[in-house]
Amino acid sequence: MNITLKIWRQKGPNHVGAMETHKMTEVSGDMSFLEMMDVLNGNLIREGKEPFAFDHDCREGICGSCSMFINGEAHGPGRNVTTCQLHMRSFKDGETIHVEPWRSAAFPVIKDLSVDRSSFDRIIQAGGYVSVNTSGETIDANAIPIPKHDADEAFDAATCIGCGACVATCKNSSAMLFVSAKVSQLSLLPQGKPESKQRVIRMVDQMDLEGFGNCTNTGACEVECPKGISITNIARMNRAFLSSNLTSK
Amino acid sequence: MLDSKIPEGPLAEKWNKHKDNIRLVNPANKRDIDIIVVGTGLAGSSAAASLAELGYNVKSLCFQDSPRRAHSIAAQGGINASKNYQNDGDSVYRLFYDTVKGGDYRSREANVHRLAEVSSNIIDQCVAQGVPFAREYGGLLDNRSFGGVQVSRTFYAKGQTGQQLLLGAYSSLSRQISKGKVEMLNRHEMMEVVKVDGKARGIIARNLVTGEIERHSAHAVVLCSGGYGNAFYLSTNAMGSNVSAAWRAHKQGSFFANPCFTQIHPTCIPVSGHYQSKLTLMSESLRNDGRIWVPKSKDDVEAILNGSKLPTDLKEEERDYYLERRYPAFGNLVPRDVASRAAKERCDAGFGVNKTGHAVYLDFASAFVRYGKTEALTRGIQNPSDETIVELGREVIKSKYGNLFDMYKQITDDNPYETPMMIYPAVHYTMGGLWVDYNLMTTVPGLFAAGEANFSDHGANRLGASALMQGLADGYFVLPYTIGDYLADDIRTGKISTETAEFDAAEKKVKDEIQALISNNGDTPVDDFHRRLGLIMWEKCGMARNEKQLKEAIAEIQELRKEFHSNVLVPGSENAFNPELEKATRLADFLELGEAMCLDALTRAESCGGHFREESQTPDGEALRDDENYTFVSAWEYTGTPSEAKLHKEDLVYDNIELKQRSYK
Repeated sequence: MNITLKIWRQKGPNHVGAMETHKMTEVSGDMSFLEMMDVLNGNLIREGKEPFAFDHDCREGICGSCSMFINGEAHGPGRNVTTCQLHMRSFKDGETIHVEPWRSAAFPVIKDLSVDRSSFDRIIQAGGYVSVNTSGETIDANAIPIPKHDADEAFDAATCIGCGACVATCKNSSAMLFVSAKVSQLSLLPQGKPESKQRVIRMVDQMDLEGFGNCTNTGACEVECPKGISITNIARMNRAFLSSNLTSK
Repeated sequence: MLDSKIPEGPLAEKWNKHKDNIRLVNPANKRDIDIIVVGTGLAGSSAAASLAELGYNVKSLCFQDSPRRAHSIAAQGGINASKNYQNDGDSVYRLFYDTVKGGDYRSREANVHRLAEVSSNIIDQCVAQGVPFAREYGGLLDNRSFGGVQVSRTFYAKGQTGQQLLLGAYSSLSRQISKGKVEMLNRHEMMEVVKVDGKARGIIARNLVTGEIERHSAHAVVLCSGGYGNAFYLSTNAMGSNVSAAWRAHKQGSFFANPCFTQIHPTCIPVSGHYQSKLTLMSESLRNDGRIWVPKSKDDVEAILNGSKLPTDLKEEERDYYLERRYPAFGNLVPRDVASRAAKERCDAGFGVNKTGHAVYLDFASAFVRYGKTEALTRGIQNPSDETIVELGREVIKSKYGNLFDMYKQITDDNPYETPMMIYPAVHYTMGGLWVDYNLMTTVPGLFAAGEANFSDHGANRLGASALMQGLADGYFVLPYTIGDYLADDIRTGKISTETAEFDAAEKKVKDEIQALISNNGDTPVDDFHRRLGLIMWEKCGMARNEKQLKEAIAEIQELRKEFHSNVLVPGSENAFNPELEKATRLADFLELGEAMCLDALTRAESCGGHFREESQTPDGEALRDDENYTFVSAWEYTGTPSEAKLHKEDLVYDNIELKQRSYK
């Protein structure tokens, strides 16, 4: 099939960007979106032009590197998929496809479609862990039974891949879904409970410091999340944040 | 020259005795010692976090935009540990035995036993960190079985065990970053090891965002940079996975062990076109219920390819269930290497079922019926129709493998509930790597290697769910001890200066190499060369190897390397974010490694594990080991040309296990 691409081109964080148009012919429906980008880049290189920079690594939907805003949607059309798992058969012959980077003050563009998401790392560093040393000499793994329901709920929150689709899709550029997923995972497990109050306060403080917006409960993040993380986590975090502020010293 | 430093004494006491006798660095002195850790997968993250907790100053590098994205994240199935929670007779010894046997008797007894010993602690540690493993209704941890063993010792978190374990290690790493004990350098690539007086004393790194070439000094350097399966271009590895850190270390004097030992996984989604960039694994667990087949007659193959027949049109007697035919005892559950070779044999004979000729069917039709009948009985449905049975069976399969079926449909646009899956083997893991002694130190003093980057634990074939175990064992529990023995000599050394002739020379070398690539007047993009290298490796150093083709491959790779350096076109600038340049520097190293892999495969004129030499097979086409002549580790010393590397042999001594020929008939 033939497609027209309008892709964001931006030389660096302090440069002005613009959309650039490219036509592609003989695109196979079996190509992944990133493989189509590979072919385009190969063509550009042969023509002596600069290829488009974009982040990608595992190409099986788990590393969270890929991050394209396609036709106005984070990771493009389709639900529960990352850009690398999106295939060209999702598009029509002759279609014009708009490709942009994640847009958020907290995710500055590095180049073209590649953005800096280290703000997410700093939020985790603020408290997204259990303070246990790695001696291995803890207690036996089965010493504390954890109800299956709690373990499963913690797992569902823990499947977040940190891609940033929630931020990119939110009109406020809020990182609440990302932060609440980690807060929920650790607060649902007995191992994370002792630090739960400080954790939620510190992580939310860091989130604000990074320039992410607030949450107005539109729920767009949940729709676009490639791992289907539920906004129930946000409700849980809000409650924990409030009670922690009221009760912690 | 090769001293593996295996401690004296009975096997089961070696590790504890070694820990008791090893030299330590006192806490005050640790504050004055710097360590660089390259890579943030399971081994790298766990090592960096543990070393920082001990008090060392750690610098951690990853080429990804976050340490959480290292490719350990993609591991699916699980992690082994000899907890014996299932009371099915598991023990440290059994895990040790299974791993040595699974590796086809080409790994080191002492290392594997240590791995089995610390395996239990890994699970305790991960649970303490908040890793949400699968649990039973009673709240205790659940286990599943994996290939090649007779117990249930695999802990898992759905099909995302690697992700959960890596995020656990990443959280420990993040905690140390927040304390200032680890300096994290995202989007940084190690370009060179810097040696001073024969010891590893730092690295040259490239900041991938600015292109700046940086000097970093340390008292020791730890490489946790993963495997080199991308030498084949198409593999289940991530696009960025590369051999460069290990290969640069090799060129600086670290021996490279068993480079030809590659694991080819039998169940991956086949290549669909020339644009293909990577291959996706379908979990080994599917072989519990799927039957693998190709048509018996070439007419039927032809009919399927031209669309006049569907695979479901073929009657039972028109299908060749070749694994069940050749291996009645193990059937579809033969080990990975055997299943892969059998698929290749059928496709080479012209029975491949897709347009590329490289695919076989993995069919769940009989499982639908089998499960459907049981389900009908359970639900008390009298005289169910065939349709009802199949429908009920599909529901059962969906509950077991639903996410894999969805992934398959997403990629291929075929519905595997209606038509058989198409699968083909793909490169998955590399057992070879940097040669290390019992302390995980390479032949360059102060240069260590852990995880998939070293060679030590899996022999010629790795068992499922053992890669995660080894990565975390090395990083959490082995290296933090053993590195102290080396660093005990460095407590009076003081800060290593980067303003020395050695750093000058290393930096200049890196800059010159980059300059040569960037200013090259070629016309062909990097990926074209990578694809061609991959094709040579796959055809001639892949699932089956022979002397003639390996020699051809060496010549072809040398030719390709020459062409690459004269004709590659790298756009953009070296002083900016430039993904094409990253690819080019990595490929330059793959183009040398490929030759070393072929040399190793050529030298090892036996078949063992994933390494199948056509000259060394039984009359009925099975792998034939030659214990008399090849019970050793091939450790290669770089001499300037990969195929002229010097071979050093580390003899493998089996005091506790009797060597046997594997049979699955």
